[in-house]
Amino acid sequence: MPLKLTRAVFASLTVLFLIAPLIAILPLAFTSSVILTYPIPSWSLRWFEELFTADAWRRAIVNSLIIGGGTTAVATALGTAASLGLRNHLLFFRGSFRTLFLLPMVVPAVVLGVGLQVLLARLGLANSYAGVIIAHTVVAVPFVVVSVTGALSGIDKRVELAAQSLGAAPATVFRRVTLPLAMPGVLSGAVLAFATSLDEVVLTLFVAGPNQRTLARQMFSSIRENISPAIAAAAFLFIAATVAIGLVVVLSRSMMAKRR
Amino acid sequence: MTRLRSRTARSLLLLAPLFVFLVWFFVWPLVGMMSQSVSDSAVLNLLPRSAGILTNWDRRSAPSAEMQQALIADLRAVQDTQALGDMVRRLNSARSGFRTLMTRTVSAVSDPAGPPADLVSIDKRWEKPEFWIAIADALSPYTDRNLLAAIDFGRNAEGAIEKLPPDQSVNLVIMARTFWIAALVTVACAAIGFPYALIAASATGWKRDLLLGAVLLPLWTSLLVRTAAWFILLQEKGLINDLLLALHVTSAPLALIFNRTGVIIAMTHVLLPFMVLPVYSVLITIPKNLMPAAASLGAPPWRAFVRVLLPLSLRGIASGSLLVFISAIGYYITPALIGGPGDQMISSIIAFYATGTANWGMAGALGVVLLVATLLLYSVYARISSEEPGRA
Repeated sequence: MPLKLTRAVFASLTVLFLIAPLIAILPLAFTSSVILTYPIPSWSLRWFEELFTADAWRRAIVNSLIIGGGTTAVATALGTAASLGLRNHLLFFRGSFRTLFLLPMVVPAVVLGVGLQVLLARLGLANSYAGVIIAHTVVAVPFVVVSVTGALSGIDKRVELAAQSLGAAPATVFRRVTLPLAMPGVLSGAVLAFATSLDEVVLTLFVAGPNQRTLARQMFSSIRENISPAIAAAAFLFIAATVAIGLVVVLSRSMMAKRR
Repeated sequence: MTRLRSRTARSLLLLAPLFVFLVWFFVWPLVGMMSQSVSDSAVLNLLPRSAGILTNWDRRSAPSAEMQQALIADLRAVQDTQALGDMVRRLNSARSGFRTLMTRTVSAVSDPAGPPADLVSIDKRWEKPEFWIAIADALSPYTDRNLLAAIDFGRNAEGAIEKLPPDQSVNLVIMARTFWIAALVTVACAAIGFPYALIAASATGWKRDLLLGAVLLPLWTSLLVRTAAWFILLQEKGLINDLLLALHVTSAPLALIFNRTGVIIAMTHVLLPFMVLPVYSVLITIPKNLMPAAASLGAPPWRAFVRVLLPLSLRGIASGSLLVFISAIGYYITPALIGGPGDQMISSIIAFYATGTANWGMAGALGVVLLVATLLLYSVYARISSEEPGRA
């Protein structure tokens, strides 16, 4: 019995350690005070107002959406095509291709940032949206590859063979059978790519100019320089967006499952 | 056969866009960074005439008139003041005194009334071979200075490799600190993550869902949000200090932020999922009847644990630890926001050289060190995690 109690206490404490920090930050988004501490004197929405009206924050939100959208489009297109190519088991150097596609997840962001800053400056893409989208795509694409490869490997080959034997051209098989079956993987890959771009700070520090400041970059510098409850409000938006996107993915998956 | 070939061609066509993209924007920048750490053309670009003459100099005799004329001609031709600054900085780092010498010389040779007859009349120091040797050494397009300096070594006047004096050697200290912090975080993650994964693997129903959800939720939450949350919790008037004061554990607020304690706590929180998930995925493959079998053969629980469960889960612990360690040595954001000046890791120093002082050579050299360490550890990780459970 004492062992069971120890286990329960240990598990509860660890869950508390993992979850409590995320919950503790949420109420502070609604404080009326200018300092980021408890107790909260009274409730107000002033920091959300600040977030959407202050020039720096509003621009940062818009930039995050532009760059996140661009990154999602490029990374999903490149990653999905490459995952389809990787399905061919007879391909030579298949393992090497896979390793190359996943490696951006491993390389420290600061190292990649130093290299990219010099390269993008040489290409004339320094301090431009295109440059930031390229940098974010490099680190977002592995998530798309992992997610789409996983979905593709779950497809029963016989379904495609059946379509083929019924006279469907390869393009039709792909459009009517393979792609719909892989769609959940493509969708979650796209969501992960967007989330990666939204959260990316280090590469942004190196390649973005003052006009491309993203929300994450703005949060980073305001924690560093002048900490205010606007950070808690931004964090609240982040967590709300995470939950919302997660719900969309779960719902779309269950709808897919029902349709089948 | 032709069908096979066309299938290969189609696969390659699908792979090509991402391959080209990553070679261009991932491999090339890394190669560029490496070449930057060994390239050294700041002096060569500006002094082409001197470079031609200095190769024939014996490095001992007094500087000849041609050498002085060539240098005067080179300096008169310089238009780019930023490149000039780079060159002076490069020469001054090889031999102190170059900054004042060059400033005086450049203003003298660009005198509109015509340059002086020779350099020695501008400054007596141009008679000494040491300054010319420094220029001659700096004219080679490649250098190992940055890579040596990254591990606190340098070349002395005779060209032999030796350790830099203590006041110039901070990099090894920072590297040791980086590995030490990463090791502490890895141990903390293993100490919390392994028992947690054991409990999660043995739980069922909603309890297991809750335990796994508690790991996945932070993983999906923005890193910046988690760091901001710890900033709020750990600050002097934060919730943790409030709680400790209310419980009378301490009488004055503890210093939890801008020091090592805060960095370890926050990094452990951020990286704990990377330990729990690999260990958990190994644990659920272990047959449930092994522990009862060991018990029925007379092993007390601790012995069954040490002899059966622990060896079987070692692969998960090893790959989780490597994953945590690899991520930890490259960390930048958490130490930058939660740590003090004494907790900055190698990434911060790279960022400092790159954005603070625009010393791309040093940033590249330290980047090479971090990249090599990361890739070596990753190759070990890839080998461990791809091994079949049956073979381990």
